Amino acid sequence: MTEQRDIHIHVPVLARVEGEGALNLTIQNNEIETLHLKIYEPPRLFEKLLEGREYHEVPDMVARICGICPVAYQMSAVNALEQVFGLQTSSWVQAMRRVFYCGEWIQSHALHIHLLAAPDFLGFNSAPDMARVYPEEVRRGLRLQALGNELICLFGARSVHPVGACVGGFFHAPDQARVDDLITRLEQALPDAEALVTWSAALDLPDDQQDFCNVSLQHESEYPMMRGRLASDQGLDIAIEDYEQHFTEYQVPHSTALHASLDGKPYLVGPLARMNLNSGKLPETTLAIVQKTGIRFPSKNMFHSIVARAVEIHFAILEAIRLLQSHTEPDTACSEVTPRAGTGYGCTEAPRGMLWHKYETDSKGNIISARIVPPTSQNQARIEQDIAASLQNAGLSQPEEALRLRAETVIRNYDPCISCATHFLKLKIERR
Amino acid sequence: MKPKIAVHKFSSCDGCQLAFLNMGEDLLSLFEQVNVIHFAEAGPVNEEEEVDISFVEGSLSTPDDIQRIERIRDNSKYIIAIGACATAGGLQALRNIADQDDWVQSVYATPDHISVLDQVMPVAEHIKVDFEIHGCPVNTRQITTVLRSLLNGVTPVNEQDKLCLECKRQHHVCVMVSRGLPCMGPVTRTACGVLCPAVGRDCYGCYGSAENININSLRDQFVTLQLNPKQVGHRFLSFNSADPAFKPVKPMSAEHDD
Repeated sequence: MTEQRDIHIHVPVLARVEGEGALNLTIQNNEIETLHLKIYEPPRLFEKLLEGREYHEVPDMVARICGICPVAYQMSAVNALEQVFGLQTSSWVQAMRRVFYCGEWIQSHALHIHLLAAPDFLGFNSAPDMARVYPEEVRRGLRLQALGNELICLFGARSVHPVGACVGGFFHAPDQARVDDLITRLEQALPDAEALVTWSAALDLPDDQQDFCNVSLQHESEYPMMRGRLASDQGLDIAIEDYEQHFTEYQVPHSTALHASLDGKPYLVGPLARMNLNSGKLPETTLAIVQKTGIRFPSKNMFHSIVARAVEIHFAILEAIRLLQSHTEPDTACSEVTPRAGTGYGCTEAPRGMLWHKYETDSKGNIISARIVPPTSQNQARIEQDIAASLQNAGLSQPEEALRLRAETVIRNYDPCISCATHFLKLKIERR
Repeated sequence: MKPKIAVHKFSSCDGCQLAFLNMGEDLLSLFEQVNVIHFAEAGPVNEEEEVDISFVEGSLSTPDDIQRIERIRDNSKYIIAIGACATAGGLQALRNIADQDDWVQSVYATPDHISVLDQVMPVAEHIKVDFEIHGCPVNTRQITTVLRSLLNGVTPVNEQDKLCLECKRQHHVCVMVSRGLPCMGPVTRTACGVLCPAVGRDCYGCYGSAENININSLRDQFVTLQLNPKQVGHRFLSFNSADPAFKPVKPMSAEHDD
């Protein structure tokens, strides 16, 4: 016998997520009536603010969209602008940008796993609370986060809104001594990263199998980060320039961030989608560690996202070591830029997933228009779909507090970056 | 009893809160030394409890923001605005000075879902702020220095020297003198650690205005360096556009763009 009951769950301020979000959920007669991931953070209208700015101002401006993933914004932007200008960067620049980006994956993933996600699976409200029982685990996470930040600083001087990147390359090349020092530190961190993968896989993660469409960049020879084609596990295989023909953004009343769909359906971007599509591109050492956990990718369990993040930290450390080991001081850290008019596209894998940029410039390189599609706005529809399915799987007859916690856990599992997501409400300018 | 601390977020990129979350293992010591009442991203959510110190990140840009910051003021003995958004509007405050017609006629697909104030405001424009930490973003050293002072009952030092002074102390070659780059160092507040000249680029003013600055003189110098009026405007009006000290420099209107 099921007791008939109406449940209204309202979480006015979502904890342990980046930015201002809320959740509204109504369950009536054991059916989900309404379910809204409410994003109320005000839009900052970045695309509009970029209009009229010079190309070289763009990397520093778009960094301000997100304090946690400024490197991703800078890299998608420079790729797009270099495409406009027909600029081929040096192999040194390409390799070092990948190292720079590895730093961001390491710090962002470590922050999410330890400060935001893990307390859910171990029954704590915060990482400092968790540290009283699991001090070594939390300290290990904070060490990895700091290492990622230092890798960003090697090129960018600071980890939040780094100042080293520019269209054409970097403002400076790091000293070889600092590079050598960092290689040593990265090598020393490998046992921490391996332990993290094992530990994350051993967490008491719910078994919640769902069907969803995975989307990420895909590259023939490398685990995707800054180049390749856009692919899905449902047959999508397109150039990044064709994004707009397949993906649609739309506004919903309860969110200041646009939702997105692929051929009319929700889809997933982020570490699990990357792992599900590209795990074969990981180095043998990383794959062997994954193998030992017993978890197999592709995985239909969204809660394996935390494991995917840990795996990507291990990979990013190995990748940074590999690339830095072949580092030699370049003749120049930056190619000469000759602006021209045109349109360019940039798509990279931010820690939270695919981040797509498009810019149109005039002949002097001034921005005529910009369009930016951040990962969290792309994931919103998928998150709502997941909460509904996950609550059904867990059982709607559970106590209200358990439902609320489950829903919040699902949301946090995506590592939503709400500040990113809300800066892009499309403005239609109608001139009279 | 341990002092009670809150960290609040308004319209921002989250980067200044990271000055806490990127502290590394010091974050755990901080949580031992103070009682963190509200810091949504770190876990604790309790906007209503009274606290000794509230850190506020972000600018005010919706009617709800106004009500929330008033409640925070009522509940806080000491309020510290952190970062360019909270102290000078941040990049989003550029919409305050954009061509008004553009903004008035700008419509969303369904504009009634969006409620925003006419102007993006620094926190001190609406409530009394006890201390400001400048920077886009602020760094951990700034936060811990101020917090340590307060925990010891000392008035925190307002770092307001010009970047140029610190740059000289660090023995960097002046990028404006040697390479003709339009460096904002002569008018920008120090505390970042002189990052830009150290990597060979000109300061872009993300820490806002220093004390006793001569805006007009630097503007003239930029003109000498062949910057056009629009470029000069953009130098001053970017990350701290609501900083009153940067106000004399107005952007050229759209029709003078080329």
